[in-house]
Amino acid sequence: MELDSLYQEVILDHYRKPAHKALVANPTKQVHHVNPSCGDEITLNLHMNGNLVADVSWDGVGCSISQASTSIMTDLMIGKSVDEAMLVLNEFTELMQSKGTLTGNEEILDDAVALAGVSKFPARIKCALLGWMAFKDAVSQSQLGK
Amino acid sequence: MFNSPLDGAEIRKDFPIFAKTMRGGGRLVYLDSGATSQKPRSVLDAERYFYENHNAAVHRGSHLLAEEASEAYEGARAIVAGFLSANIDEIIFTKSATEGINLIAYSFGNSAPSSQFALKPGDRIVVSEMEHHANLIPWQQLAKRTGAELVWFPITLEGRLDTSALDSLINERAKVVAITHQSNVLGTINPLTQIVDRAHAVGSVVVLDACQSVPHFGIDVKTLGVDFLVFSGHKALGPTGIGVLWGRADLLEEMEPFLTGGSMIESVTMSDATWASVPRKFEAGVPNMAGAVGLGAALTYLDKLGMDNVEAHERALTEYALKKFTELNGVTIIGPKDSAMRGSVLSFTIDGIHPHDAGQVLDQYGIAVRTGHHCAWPLMRKFGIAGTTRASFYIYNDSADIDALIDGIAATQKYFKV
Repeated sequence: MELDSLYQEVILDHYRKPAHKALVANPTKQVHHVNPSCGDEITLNLHMNGNLVADVSWDGVGCSISQASTSIMTDLMIGKSVDEAMLVLNEFTELMQSKGTLTGNEEILDDAVALAGVSKFPARIKCALLGWMAFKDAVSQSQLGK
Repeated sequence: MFNSPLDGAEIRKDFPIFAKTMRGGGRLVYLDSGATSQKPRSVLDAERYFYENHNAAVHRGSHLLAEEASEAYEGARAIVAGFLSANIDEIIFTKSATEGINLIAYSFGNSAPSSQFALKPGDRIVVSEMEHHANLIPWQQLAKRTGAELVWFPITLEGRLDTSALDSLINERAKVVAITHQSNVLGTINPLTQIVDRAHAVGSVVVLDACQSVPHFGIDVKTLGVDFLVFSGHKALGPTGIGVLWGRADLLEEMEPFLTGGSMIESVTMSDATWASVPRKFEAGVPNMAGAVGLGAALTYLDKLGMDNVEAHERALTEYALKKFTELNGVTIIGPKDSAMRGSVLSFTIDGIHPHDAGQVLDQYGIAVRTGHHCAWPLMRKFGIAGTTRASFYIYNDSADIDALIDGIAATQKYFKV
C-alpha cells in the first residue's frame, strides 16, 4: 500500500536503532531545534576538525521519520568536508521538495533515498528535515566564528 | 451497547464532505472535530445565498441590499444570542475565539489606571495548566506588559483540575480568571461554580473559553455565572473566520475598544473620536457578514437536532469508545477514563509509536485524527510526553467510526510491530 512508500524497512531499522543518538561532550557547536507544529525536538552536537565534520551526535524525541532521517544524516555527514556535506544536504532538500517526482541519487544520498516517499506527504517533510536543518544550522554557526 | 437519540450515519448525509474517497480508497472517518467541524449543506447554502442575494456592507448605505445585509447579519446575532440565552447586544462577532480573548486582554491592557479593568504589578491573572495556547498566551503577554502575575491551577494526573488551592490561587489581587470549559486535549469538563463564586467574591472577572463546549452541549450564560465567554464558529458547524465573544453588558459598556477604525465610532474629528455603543464598539471594519450568516445557519442546525440530543449522542460515543479502548493493549488514555464531567475528546498514546506515525497509518484507513501537542504544550510537558493522538467525536460520528478507530489502532501496532 501507499504507506509502504513512506515507511521503508530501512527507515524502520534506523528508527529502532538510531545511529549516533547519544550526545558527545565538548562540541564545537550545539544547537536545539523544534518542530512547532508537532512538538518534536532535537539537540545536535557538532564536532569540527578544521574544515572536516569530525562527529555529529544528537538526542531528541520525534516520529519514526524524523528519528530515522536524523540517524541516516549523521552516518552520511561524519567524515565529510563542509562543502561535501552541503552538497549532500542540498541534494536531500531537493529530494524532499520533489513531491514524489525524484527518486534520489543513491551515490550521494545512500540510505537517505529511502526517504524519497516522504516528499509525497507534505505534512511529513518537516519531520524528515528536522535533523538536517539542525545540522545545517550548527555548521553555519561554526563557520561564523572563522 | 450503543444507544443514542441521533443517527450519525443519517446526519452525515447532510454533510457533502462525507462523499469523499480517502487515501486508502475508503470512506472518511472524521475524528478531528475538536480541531474543526465539518459543515452541513445548510451552512454552505446560507453563505452562498447571502452573497447571491443580499451582499452589501452592513450598517451603511441606504439601498435595498444594505438593508438586507444588515438584517441578515443582525439576524445571525439574534440566533447566537438565542443559542446562548444571552441578550442580543452582548454578542460580539470576532474572527475567532482567539481574537475574542485578545480583545478582552488588550481592552483591559488599554484601560486607564483608575479603571476596574486596569492591571498593576502584583495583580493576578489566573489560568490553568490545561489551557489551549489561545487562552494562555494573551494572558501571559498581558501579564508581561502590565507587571501582573500569571498563576495557574495545576492538574491532577487523572487530568482533572486541581482546585485544592483555589482560595490561595484566586486571592484578593486576582483581576482575571481565564479558564477552559472543556479541555481540548483531555476532554475534562471543569467545575465552574466554585471558581466563579470565589472569583466574584474577590472582585475578579471570569473569562470562559467555550470552544469545546458550545458546540457540544447546551449553554445558558445566565446560569453559568461567568462574565465573558468565547467560542469559534468553525468548531460548531459554522464557517472559518467567524467567532463570538459574549460579555456581560455592564462590563462591555465600560471597556475600552480593542481594534479601532470604521463602524465602531460615534463621532470623529481629526484629533479625537468617541465610540459607538456595544456591540458595535468592538466590531471595527466591515465584518465577516457571510460568516456570521453561516454561523447562524449552523446554530440553527444544532438547535433542530437539540443540544440535549447532541450531548446524549456524544456521551454514548464517549462511553462506547472508553469501553472499547480497554480491549487494546499498550494504549494509554491521557485524561479522565470515566465519562463523568467529560466530553467527547479522547487523547491517547500508543507504546512505541509516535503520534505522527499513528496518525499516518490511521490516515491510510480514512481515519482523520489530530496528532501532536494540540496547542497545549505545557500540558504535554506535565504528562512528560511529546504529544498524543486525539480522536474527537461529533454528531456525524457513530459506533462504526469508533470500531474503525479501534481496528486502525490495532493495525498501526501491527504495522510497527509493537
